[in-house]
Amino acid sequence: MRRFLPVFAAVLLLALPALAVQPDEVLRDPALEARARAISAELRCLVCQNQSIDDSDAPLARDLRILVRERLSAGDSDEEVRNFVVARYGDFVLLRPPFNWQTALLWGGPFLVLLAGIAAIVTAARRRRTEVAAIAPLSDEEKARLAALLEGRDQDA
Amino acid sequence: MFVETGHYALTLALGLSLVQFLMPLWGATVRDGALAAIATPAALAAFACVALAFSALTYAYATSDFSLVNVVENSHSLKPFVYKLTGVWGNHEGSMLLWVLILTLFGAMVALSRRAVPSRLRHLTLAIQGAVAFAFLAFIEFTSNPFLRLDPAPFEGQDLNPILQDPGLAVHPPLLYIGYVGFSISFAFALAALIEGRIDAVWARAVRPWTLTAWLFLTLGIAMGSYWAYYELGWGGWWFWDPVENASLMPWLAGTALLHSTIVMEKRDALKVWTILLAILTFSLSLLGTFLVRSGVLTSVHSFATDPTRGAFILAILVVFIGGGFALFAWRAPLLRQGGLFAPVSREGALVVNNLLLVTACATVFIGTLYPLALEALTGAKISVGEPFFNATFLPIVMPLLALIPIGQTIAWKRGDLLGTLQRLWVAYGAGIAGALVVLALVRGGPVLALVGIGLGVYLVVGSAVDIFHRAGGARVALPVMLRRALGLPRSAWGTAIAHAGVGITVLGIAAQAWSTETLAVVNRGDLVSAGGYTLRLDAVFPRTAHNYREDVARFTVLRDGRIVGTVEGAKRLYVTRGMPTTEAGIMTLGPSQLYVSVGEPQPSGGLGVRIYWKPYVLFVWLGAVVMAAGGLLSLTDRRLRVAAPAAARARMVPAE
Repeated sequence: MRRFLPVFAAVLLLALPALAVQPDEVLRDPALEARARAISAELRCLVCQNQSIDDSDAPLARDLRILVRERLSAGDSDEEVRNFVVARYGDFVLLRPPFNWQTALLWGGPFLVLLAGIAAIVTAARRRRTEVAAIAPLSDEEKARLAALLEGRDQDA
Repeated sequence: MFVETGHYALTLALGLSLVQFLMPLWGATVRDGALAAIATPAALAAFACVALAFSALTYAYATSDFSLVNVVENSHSLKPFVYKLTGVWGNHEGSMLLWVLILTLFGAMVALSRRAVPSRLRHLTLAIQGAVAFAFLAFIEFTSNPFLRLDPAPFEGQDLNPILQDPGLAVHPPLLYIGYVGFSISFAFALAALIEGRIDAVWARAVRPWTLTAWLFLTLGIAMGSYWAYYELGWGGWWFWDPVENASLMPWLAGTALLHSTIVMEKRDALKVWTILLAILTFSLSLLGTFLVRSGVLTSVHSFATDPTRGAFILAILVVFIGGGFALFAWRAPLLRQGGLFAPVSREGALVVNNLLLVTACATVFIGTLYPLALEALTGAKISVGEPFFNATFLPIVMPLLALIPIGQTIAWKRGDLLGTLQRLWVAYGAGIAGALVVLALVRGGPVLALVGIGLGVYLVVGSAVDIFHRAGGARVALPVMLRRALGLPRSAWGTAIAHAGVGITVLGIAAQAWSTETLAVVNRGDLVSAGGYTLRLDAVFPRTAHNYREDVARFTVLRDGRIVGTVEGAKRLYVTRGMPTTEAGIMTLGPSQLYVSVGEPQPSGGLGVRIYWKPYVLFVWLGAVVMAAGGLLSLTDRRLRVAAPAAARARMVPAE
């Protein structure tokens, strides 16, 4: 059914009820909680579409949020927590895909487009310059026509 | 009976659009103007037929005619009347009908714009327009017929998705579609120019109002959708880099580039080939957006493969028009003669950089949206590309673009003086830096990127004012003279300045969100929660029923320094027919800022879980978009776009400003 819904519905549907992080999940230490929130925002809720576990209230997202907080409380670094989750769920869980051969074009793509654009502009500008140099001056006939046109314009104005 | 009439009219429109497509091409081939002119009545009749079909479907919805499958699946007799009407396009079939209605409306408008567009160009444009209409009418007829009957008819319908039962549905899709579909006119004009093998300032002047119209509606449509998601989803976000949103952002970015390159073409006769390419690209992205959303490919590559009829049909339309467009471009573009020359440092040069950055930004969104699909289809590997990726790649491209806006706006055509331009803008730089410092002092810290954003936003707004000031003579003339001259400036100059100031306002709103706060709490009646300098007191939790839902409401009193400011209600709502829960955020607007209350579940320990957000200056995010659109509208009323183009254009050479 979902895919027959229009543009506007699709975005909304995927992210139904609110209140992701429940009050009982919150860690006592605000610094640790802030780190947990930052990590959660970059982990995908696997059963949702395009939602982080921080935003989702799916049970799996809650489990993952609690897992992240447990690891942090146990003294893991941010990187260790992420590796721990990736080891279980794969790269799919990362909303910021890691840079590797599979994602090289993804991360490099925008840069390549920019370079290609600059190259195209420079080439076009160079070619224009040589073309313009080759353009012959107006012939007498053209000059006469130009004069006639300009006169006509003065009359209009 | 009226329903069958509608269906008949739709089929008739299919035939008429074929006439509108083929006759002008035939006429152009045999050089018979009268034959080509058949496009005009065909376009008008096609619009009339689609309008009739649309009325028939609307009538079926209004009278809750449950003998129609489409009405049964998406309506309910108890649904409020206004949502019965907007529900017409709250589903796949109906929204495609709206798409085609707008498409044929645009076609009819082109057919009627006799004074503005030379007849040959107009007829060829209508032909391309007819081809697009034919493809989409066929799509509706063969895969998405909204007029299918059901026998026996049920007594009651299945209701509309509750999220769509909102004023947002009345406004957002029509705005967005006018934007999407409006770019089909630019596309049709581009292909017509390629077929003719001729393109000049008259072409640019003829196409610009259509591009501008499409752009301003798309701007409003995206902003409206963003605000709708913001208040409907209940977690305070307003842009999610969701593929569906990206699908509308891509044509917007390309369309913005097109708008700017058309100006160069109109004023300086340069960038012709590029403008044609952009026009093709922009509508291709509109089609791509339609494909992404309609085919189900976003949910999963596999779900697309299991039920491919609709997806495959749109993909075929996509291939024919995009492929055909680019093929025609490759074949005919070399015929187009290049025009005006310019130095790299000039208004034209700045607009080239504008185009480069906008297209790169667009490509970034494109890659980020489609890469996971392509990778999964090719290798089976699944990756996620989410907000962190877009923030990391999109922002570095867009921020230099923003910094360039006031420079491009003030620099001279043809050969500019960079140093002089930068000097002229010193007030804007000063204001930007001062703005960032003031915010820094007031809030004592904050992310560097957000402070840069504040500075940029102020610089854009002030830069626009500086531009108008200098155009009006600046400090060289007396103040009353300057003001009089400023008022006498062309409306397009004011439109540009206002639209660019709108960009600044949006940037300010986005940057300000770095200081938004989120408070998570469990509250009992009488408990206090503070957010953004305000205190919220939970006064009551009570159930409430309406005709098609029931809800649990939490009412808060908002206080500031012990004084009552007002009340705000958040709710958890259950739509009875579909058994679907929604969260209704309670929003209190305080100037440009908002308090946003999202109610959660009752806690096992007693009390109610709530999330309270303080969103400083959040309305600026959308206000800026409205200002941008207002600038576009003002520019649209500029004299040179209103007067008959071909004759007047030749008579009145546009001076290089």
